[in-house]
Amino acid sequence: MPEAGSTRVVGDQPVVHRRTGGLGAYLRSIGAIIWKDLVAELRSRELLSAMLVFALLVVLIFNFALELDIRTRETVTSGVLWVTFAFAGTLGLNRSMAVEKDRGCLDGLLLVPVDRTAIYFGKVIGNLVFMLIVEAIVLPLYSVLYNINLFQPGLLAVILLGSIGYVAVGTLLSSMAVHARTRDVLLPILLFPVVLPVLVPAIKASNGFLQGFEMAEILPWLNLLIVYDVIFMAVAFMVFDYVVEE
Amino acid sequence: MEPMPKALKALNWITGALFVVALYLVLIFAPREAVMGDVQRVFYFHVAAGWVGALAFLVTAIAGGVYLARGERRWDLVAQASVEIGVVFTFANIVSGSVWARPIWNTWWTWDPRLVTATVMELVYIAYLMLRQGIEDPDRRARFGAVYGIVGFLSVPLTFLSIRIFRTIHPVVIGSGDPTAAGAFDMSPNMRVAFFFSLFTFTFVYATLLWHRLRLQRFSEKVEQMKMKILSV
Repeated sequence: MPEAGSTRVVGDQPVVHRRTGGLGAYLRSIGAIIWKDLVAELRSRELLSAMLVFALLVVLIFNFALELDIRTRETVTSGVLWVTFAFAGTLGLNRSMAVEKDRGCLDGLLLVPVDRTAIYFGKVIGNLVFMLIVEAIVLPLYSVLYNINLFQPGLLAVILLGSIGYVAVGTLLSSMAVHARTRDVLLPILLFPVVLPVLVPAIKASNGFLQGFEMAEILPWLNLLIVYDVIFMAVAFMVFDYVVEE
Repeated sequence: MEPMPKALKALNWITGALFVVALYLVLIFAPREAVMGDVQRVFYFHVAAGWVGALAFLVTAIAGGVYLARGERRWDLVAQASVEIGVVFTFANIVSGSVWARPIWNTWWTWDPRLVTATVMELVYIAYLMLRQGIEDPDRRARFGAVYGIVGFLSVPLTFLSIRIFRTIHPVVIGSGDPTAAGAFDMSPNMRVAFFFSLFTFTFVYATLLWHRLRLQRFSEKVEQMKMKILSV
């Protein structure tokens, strides 16, 4: 990241600089981290391809496990979709942090004189982009394979909101799990019980849209989802500093 | 080995005595519930165990917060000890609930919000212990434990809220409960005595165990230091 690196000030100023960068500088450093993740992914394509293939395999397994005939399809589609996204999501979260750790990038990132939370938000948005790309490919494929229209604005909004909450918690926890000996196994165990409050309303709201429930029935779930997104984002924002501190 | 402090010794005896009294109150003093019969007596320790579980996890979250703010190691030890106790009592809570549910609901298990939340809570803190186990650096282990303890504690009531929107069949005995819930009942004065005494006793059990666990922690550290000393000679 040459841009953020060049703003480093010699002498006794870096600490001052770190706190008084202003919103513009803060957003620029978030942008730089997202950009770095996207470029790295564009060159290697190892994260997205793994998430995608895995997601499709999960859908395939569900096909046999649940006998997705027309009648059951209506009721289980939201569940199948969210399980797929959640599983593929952990794969991506794990990988995106492991790459930082193994190649020593994380230490480099922490040395950059920006607010640590900028790193958090940068990683969150980067992970969110990956998750949304996977979803953007799985949804049309699912629509074609099972002849069901998933392109309803309400459903897409729920998927976006659910992914935000999922990634907000997931990024925080994956930056902890990556330091553990058992990191690949640990992330889903840490993440799933904690992220349940996001997944439950997301599944319920998706189901509501797919089954054509009235808006009044779906709205409480949507509200809950938004509130949880905000809560988890805020908590992660507050504690992230302690997670990456050396 | 340092001798047990006097206060802890006293606490041991007090807790033991309280437990005997609680057993008497629950098994003999409290009247037999008219509809459910003796199986209702599970209720006293069931709620008390649940209360200790929740209390223990609250202590973990608070101790974690204090640790992050001050960086003193003893708060981390409290957090960890508390989780271990909480996991055991939450497990007792779930199992005793199952024992009660079998004759009353005619099933060991049902996907009721409270049952699910208790289970999710148990899983969160088992994950907490696994996280700690996987991290070698004690400083980092303490920080991560504190963070996960706080995030986990926040997420548990949210889980409850999300699932609560479905109708629940779990009876709410304290406060305004839905009288149509399967297995609901009103407590008679004697039942009330047994109930609150159980809560009181279990809180003492928690405090005693916590103290012993912290002491054990100190001993194991001492052993560790002695080992190092011997090895370095």
